[in-house]
Amino acid sequence: MENSLKKGLKDGIPIALGYIAVSFSFGIFASTSGVPVFITVLISLANMTSAGQLAGLSVMLTHGSFFEIALTQLIINLRYALMSLSLSQKVDEKLGRGTRAAMSFAVTDEIFAVSSTKKGAVGRKYFAGLACLPYFGWAGGTFLGAVAGNILPDSVTSALGIAIYGMFIAIFVPPAKKFKPVLKVVSLAIVLSCIFYWVPYLDSIPGGFAMIISTVLAAAFGAYFFPIKEDEDAE
Amino acid sequence: MQSNVYMILGILVMAGVTYFIRMLPLTFFTRKIKSRFIKSFLFYVPYAVMSAMTFPAVFYATGNVYAAIFGSLVAVVLAYKEKSLLTVAVFASIAVFIAETAIKLLGA
Repeated sequence: MENSLKKGLKDGIPIALGYIAVSFSFGIFASTSGVPVFITVLISLANMTSAGQLAGLSVMLTHGSFFEIALTQLIINLRYALMSLSLSQKVDEKLGRGTRAAMSFAVTDEIFAVSSTKKGAVGRKYFAGLACLPYFGWAGGTFLGAVAGNILPDSVTSALGIAIYGMFIAIFVPPAKKFKPVLKVVSLAIVLSCIFYWVPYLDSIPGGFAMIISTVLAAAFGAYFFPIKEDEDAE
Repeated sequence: MQSNVYMILGILVMAGVTYFIRMLPLTFFTRKIKSRFIKSFLFYVPYAVMSAMTFPAVFYATGNVYAAIFGSLVAVVLAYKEKSLLTVAVFASIAVFIAETAIKLLGA
């Protein structure tokens, strides 16, 4: 089982750096929209979710109803339910409900990706270490972006836009290279996601739903045609 | 600009919904799943989510589609060589920066 606080903190460094870049651009977006700095930072402290925050703020800027705000979050962030379900099978079996409820706050795409691809079970110390720096990076980057406004030239913020995706690519390419079924699942997910993005009519499906449908179909395809062996599920 | 009270209430709504989505499955699904299909499904979920989230969104993540495609290629090659997350992210950004600068200089 992986349960070293130090190892968690170390694994959290690249996530934190990626988050500083992404939340910085969120901060810039909010400041150019005229949102006060403390409100902007509060959004990041309370949510820690990139796409959800951006969508929520956009709805608030048009003075949307609280129902619209809630529904937007539900659709965009429903993928976390899938991740949390997956993590429920991955964390140390002995963890109590309170600990699990506390850990839940930090289930982001990246923290989930890193912890769920660890070998063996994940303990609470490792998870706490993993979540720590990204959380402060997320809040700190938001603050810097909100205050700094547009100090960095556009060319730099634009290039940093790819950083978070670079991290994802670094996570799913190596296992896809070593394990053919993962390659097939990944390829199918990409094809489906592109179809939802580019094909007329289908492209009107909200991004959050499209992502969930692509994920569920691709993972179900993998589970049906390439079920994992009992000893592989720790991988 | 909207009032601060409206914004703070809105943030609470956002945070509440997002937290419950994350909390309910992890906290109340404490038994080990026996079904081989569901176990396999959950094993594939992280890879499927990440790849679906990355493509094609990554192509529109920077100021220029061609620069983003170039950056993605650099990322895939480095990831294939099993470089660290940070290395891949940094070099993908540098690649985009270089490509965008070149495109601007060429006036394309």
